[in-house]
Amino acid sequence: MALLEVENLRTYFETEAGLARAVDGVSFSVDKGEVLGIVGESGSGKSVTSLSIMRLVPQPPGRIMPGSRILFQGRDLLGVSEAEMRHIRGNDIAMIFQEPMTSLNPVYPVGDQIAEAIRYHRGVGKRQARARAVELLRQVGIPDPERRAADYPHQLSGGMRQRVMIAMAISCEPDLLIADEPTTALDVTIQAQILDLLAELRERLGMAMILITHDLGVVAQVCDRVVVMYAGQVVEEASVDDLFREPRHPYTEGLLKAIPRLGKPVERLAVIPGTVPSPTAWPVSCRFHPRCPYGWDLCVEAAPGLFPAGEDRAEGVGGVSDGALVSGEDRGSAGVRTSRCWLERHPERREEVRRRTGPYEASRVGRAEAPAEHWHAASAAEHAAPEPERAPPEAPSRPLMGDPDTEEDVRR
Amino acid sequence: MSDAAGPRPSHPHAGSAGAVPGDVASTGDVAPPDAALDAPDDALLVVRGLKKYYPIRKGLLGRVVDHVRAVDDVSFWLRRGETLGLVGESGSGKTTTGRAILRLIEPTAGEAIFDGQDIFRMGDEALRRLRRRAQIVFQDPFGSLNPRMTVGDALREVLHVHRIARGAEADRRVHELLEQVGLSPDHARRYPHEFSGGQRQRIGIARALAVEPEFIVCDEPVSALDVSVQAQVLNLLADLQDRFGIAYLFIAHDLSVVEHISDRIAVMYRGRIVEVGKSEDVIRRPRHPYTRALLSAVPVPEPGRKALYAGRREPDGGPTPPPGAGAHPAARWEGCPYYPQCSHPGKDMECTRVVPGLDRKAPGHFAACIKESDVSGAP
Repeated sequence: MALLEVENLRTYFETEAGLARAVDGVSFSVDKGEVLGIVGESGSGKSVTSLSIMRLVPQPPGRIMPGSRILFQGRDLLGVSEAEMRHIRGNDIAMIFQEPMTSLNPVYPVGDQIAEAIRYHRGVGKRQARARAVELLRQVGIPDPERRAADYPHQLSGGMRQRVMIAMAISCEPDLLIADEPTTALDVTIQAQILDLLAELRERLGMAMILITHDLGVVAQVCDRVVVMYAGQVVEEASVDDLFREPRHPYTEGLLKAIPRLGKPVERLAVIPGTVPSPTAWPVSCRFHPRCPYGWDLCVEAAPGLFPAGEDRAEGVGGVSDGALVSGEDRGSAGVRTSRCWLERHPERREEVRRRTGPYEASRVGRAEAPAEHWHAASAAEHAAPEPERAPPEAPSRPLMGDPDTEEDVRR
Repeated sequence: MSDAAGPRPSHPHAGSAGAVPGDVASTGDVAPPDAALDAPDDALLVVRGLKKYYPIRKGLLGRVVDHVRAVDDVSFWLRRGETLGLVGESGSGKTTTGRAILRLIEPTAGEAIFDGQDIFRMGDEALRRLRRRAQIVFQDPFGSLNPRMTVGDALREVLHVHRIARGAEADRRVHELLEQVGLSPDHARRYPHEFSGGQRQRIGIARALAVEPEFIVCDEPVSALDVSVQAQVLNLLADLQDRFGIAYLFIAHDLSVVEHISDRIAVMYRGRIVEVGKSEDVIRRPRHPYTRALLSAVPVPEPGRKALYAGRREPDGGPTPPPGAGAHPAARWEGCPYYPQCSHPGKDMECTRVVPGLDRKAPGHFAACIKESDVSGAP
């Protein structure tokens, strides 16, 4: 049984601009000891998803809609009392945020704050809690923890504050740690240290983790499995290897092609046209269709479901017949690959578009904001120009870049 | 922005890169002017010995007890139509450098020769003329756009202030600018809040373009943008450079982005440039231990491939000292500022005695490390 199962989670907000369907029918699961990445851009609903799991969505204006279920160790968190929920937070599920300064009390020494959490959840004595706090600070790599415990949050650097937050989060050895953009505000060298620390703690404590981030590099380094969110929905789910080797959803494909890669310069970046839609006005049917290079009539007429994808589709893994929707019971098994895209039902379309125009070819000035129809025409017209090499999805992954002097890698 | 002229800078020795106002010239770490690292004759901008010190005041009388050396003896050059990437972590002084060379903040010392004229010694009128040739694009253009002014009015204002165009001619130019940055002429009637982040950045770029500049400082222009929009803006900047031959000083903390857009890269650490060279050289053959540490820390979006410099990651020796710590009186450090974090196998006490200057390690490739050998064969 999965540690956490989120089923059809819908969290809506009343806003001046209308009803914002921030999270709109999200399902995924996390196994014991697993690191699940949730990737998405601003407004994709990834942070609201994590707040919903912790029941920290302010209500009103927020509302977790009926029919949503959040099963933690088999128990629906949406049904428990607030008192029980307070016990679960910290004890069983802990959370760290992007900016630790906002979650630390500025007028108390950090050691006291950790000790207080331990006393609250574990009911141990003052001195014992204090000793444990110092021990935790040591565990998260803070030098001279006895002295640092007496520091106030503002006396610590950003990386140190995040370490303190992590110490507090693991103080009760939770089964699940939710980390919402834990390294986004940090410098890259500090980020590397914090990611190493999280990996080490996960190994040692055997806790599961949900890592919420917009950074695909962080996902590739830390996660076992990935859920890609777009416009309040899960659009793709896969193991981290599968996702980066062969993204199935056009949005994921575009994201992976749009990021510059260190040590592998390209003449021109591929571009996803248009902008991230607003939660008060999601596009109808497929929510990605206005920006999609593959889109056709069907994408506007009907919303695609989460279809089994990639090799799963061909092999019909887990008794799911070809093309059938993945049902609730099938979710959570780590092997499942899904993509919310009609291409899974019409694979010929993918090949056709790739042949004809080349998806996500670099656009020229002025075309980037063009709607999908113009986009097709534009890419077709431009296709006469020599294009940068595009690795076909079936191609084996490129040689590792362990050796920075490998000439052909960089010249690509 | 057009009004950032202010009084003339008070730096009597601005001509010689080593000079600083009396009470700060105490460290003896001032490298001799190095001809701004082999500046070519056709350089558009040559910066030598740029310093920006902020006084630390103590006590009732606000006595100046020391200085935070935000930018400390920075030299570089830039050719027409070229992009120099300026990369560094928070507090490294990269933003201060970008603003100081346009005199948006007053430099403490140094010179910035732009097409033969020293920006740091320009009077009000010369500065106004400079603003028609050198512009800046900020991370958050929203903060610099008047919320009550339509985009068209904002652009027309720039054209008006710089006496470029009026009336129907200005309208025509506004439409042209919007099209150049990938927006539609209809957008001229809208207000800033009606635009997404990426579109606002396009407006910020259009405003910089209005004066047809030869040089633009891009200060973290894509850092606030979503991944899917970032590529649009990077491509736009590249296209505009191809089309108009604009030189960019591209300031960012994201190494992948900087590598993508830059012809050459300068790496800053605690107010100094510690390495500069062609992008390919700096990324693939870094010659400073700090650059290697930075590169090894970048998470690579390929599972299984750890990092560009896997195994050479900076050891987790606890925290990096907070920005500016080296300039703090209590933590004054006379040697290499990177010494405490450095993982160079050859590091020794020699490193603690002198602040290394930028030495040529290969043709066009400089690094401030005395333990890195010169492979160019030059003396």
